[in-house]
Amino acid sequence: MGIEQKLANLGIVTTTLEKAVNWSRTRAMWPLLSGLACCAIEMMAAEASHYDMSRFGMELMRASPRQSDLLIVAGRVTRKMAPVIRRLYDQLPDPKWAIAMGDCASCGGVFNNYAIVQGVDEVIPVDVYIAGCPPRPEGLIHGILTLYEKVENERLTKWR
Amino acid sequence: MVQLQEVTLDELKHLVSDRAIQGETMLLNMGPQHPSTHGVLRLMLELEGETIINCVPDIGFLHTGVEKNMEAKRYEQAEVMTDRLDYLNTVGNNLAYCLAIEKLVGLDVPPRAQVIRVILAELQRIGSHLIWLGTQSLDLAAMSMFLYCFRERELILDILELVSGQRMMTTYIRPGGVWRDIPEEFYDAVQQFMAMFPTRIKQYHGLLTKNPLFIDRTKGIGVISAEDAVAWGLTGPSLRGSGVALDNRKTQPYTGYEEYDFEIPTRTAGDVYARYECRMDEFWQSLRIIEQGLKKLRELDGAPVRSSNRKFVPPPRSELGASMEALIHHFKLWTEGFDAPAEYVYMPVSSPRGELGVYLEGNGSNKPHRVHWRTPSFVHLQALPVLSKGLLVADLVAIIGSIDIVLGDSDR
Ligand code: SF4
Repeated sequence: MGIEQKLANLGIVTTTLEKAVNWSRTRAMWPLLSGLACCAIEMMAAEASHYDMSRFGMELMRASPRQSDLLIVAGRVTRKMAPVIRRLYDQLPDPKWAIAMGDCASCGGVFNNYAIVQGVDEVIPVDVYIAGCPPRPEGLIHGILTLYEKVENERLTKWR
Repeated sequence: MVQLQEVTLDELKHLVSDRAIQGETMLLNMGPQHPSTHGVLRLMLELEGETIINCVPDIGFLHTGVEKNMEAKRYEQAEVMTDRLDYLNTVGNNLAYCLAIEKLVGLDVPPRAQVIRVILAELQRIGSHLIWLGTQSLDLAAMSMFLYCFRERELILDILELVSGQRMMTTYIRPGGVWRDIPEEFYDAVQQFMAMFPTRIKQYHGLLTKNPLFIDRTKGIGVISAEDAVAWGLTGPSLRGSGVALDNRKTQPYTGYEEYDFEIPTRTAGDVYARYECRMDEFWQSLRIIEQGLKKLRELDGAPVRSSNRKFVPPPRSELGASMEALIHHFKLWTEGFDAPAEYVYMPVSSPRGELGVYLEGNGSNKPHRVHWRTPSFVHLQALPVLSKGLLVADLVAIIGSIDIVLGDSDR
């Protein structure tokens, strides 16, 4: 009714700062290039030509945590690896998110034993869990889109 | 922040040279988070300038306790664990484990099931080599190869999904045969793949084999002589690159490999490039085996795919309504499983990486007493210091790729 209608001819969109920032955060979210086990192969498959995750703003996987926004924990987290995962997560600059990909990272999966941490959420905060052993690449993409939804609805007061 | 443990140099005394302790050479940590260690491998490098004086692999970041876990499960339940060892060779792991069980209890496998096993194992071999090719080239900065290889691998995964319902962790091969017969579409799917793949192999050759950049990074790098390779326990293409034509499919044939006509490709140079050529040739041999397998499979249409020994193999669903005995067998097998004698067997098979062996010991009950895996990646990793001594750090990346390690396989 007001200013938007007048300005539409000029090609200007008005929005809130919250929305604009959240939108930009989801459109170029770079995951950390880090794989642990079998699930990492499916993560690579999702990155590769057939599933092509770059359609969702993820064409770049950074090998350095300093340049990434998202930690995809793809695979089983062992007791020996858990401190390393925590360290990697700490090294990601804010804002940062984490996805637990696969049953192992979510809850230990088929390995209920002495060597495996029963879910990576014992070590780092997790935003999205993806079920499956391994999840299909579509499953991973669904998880990522779910994360996007979450990020788009984040409130300004909760920003990190 | 995580509290990190301080390590004094004295603790490394038995691992690195005195010069490193005195600070003359540099100690550099590579991994476990590193893009070209193919998983969670940590290497401690002792460097002089950029030359590697020593390289100490630190494994166990993916130690899953699979062997111990398998002891707590019945024979058939434990099979799901085997997929998750070497996750690029899931069918091969199932095969090794099932063959070991069959050897332990003396179970027969119908011919049709054997043919299906061979075809799937060879498809998986191609799939595994594709990942090796993709990642090795990626490490050597040939990004496009990675995309091409994964494109072709999808077709193999589609075939595996067609027969088993899962892309990677199939658990399709079962003691006494396979889970169920293949669907009719299987023939077409495999045939399409066979028709398409040869042109793709030629494409890969066109991109890499004569590429000067690729040759510079691989020829004369990581050389190991035949004697050394045998002494360090290398198997599979890593050994064949040094000129030793050793393959369990030929030396100790299993599931009917003796009936197939194929060769073991070898090279004599023993460097990264030779190992590359061996694996590329294996693509052709696997295709040959699959082609022969398909022909055999057609002849065996309608034959059973699982043993009819009801002490070990549950009866088909159709029998349950009609036969009391079948019902009892079904109930017993799914509640208690079967018992294996207190003996032990060792069953080696040829995985895409080398000799994959299962040591299986029974104790008269329905659970294994001990399961041990002799995995090629674990053995190959110990040769890494020998292969990389005196070379540059950049060469190390090529060498890690060329011995084709899978950390799930080595750490278990
Ligand atoms: S969830 Fe399954 S596929 Fe993923 S790491 Fe665990 S065992 Fe492997």
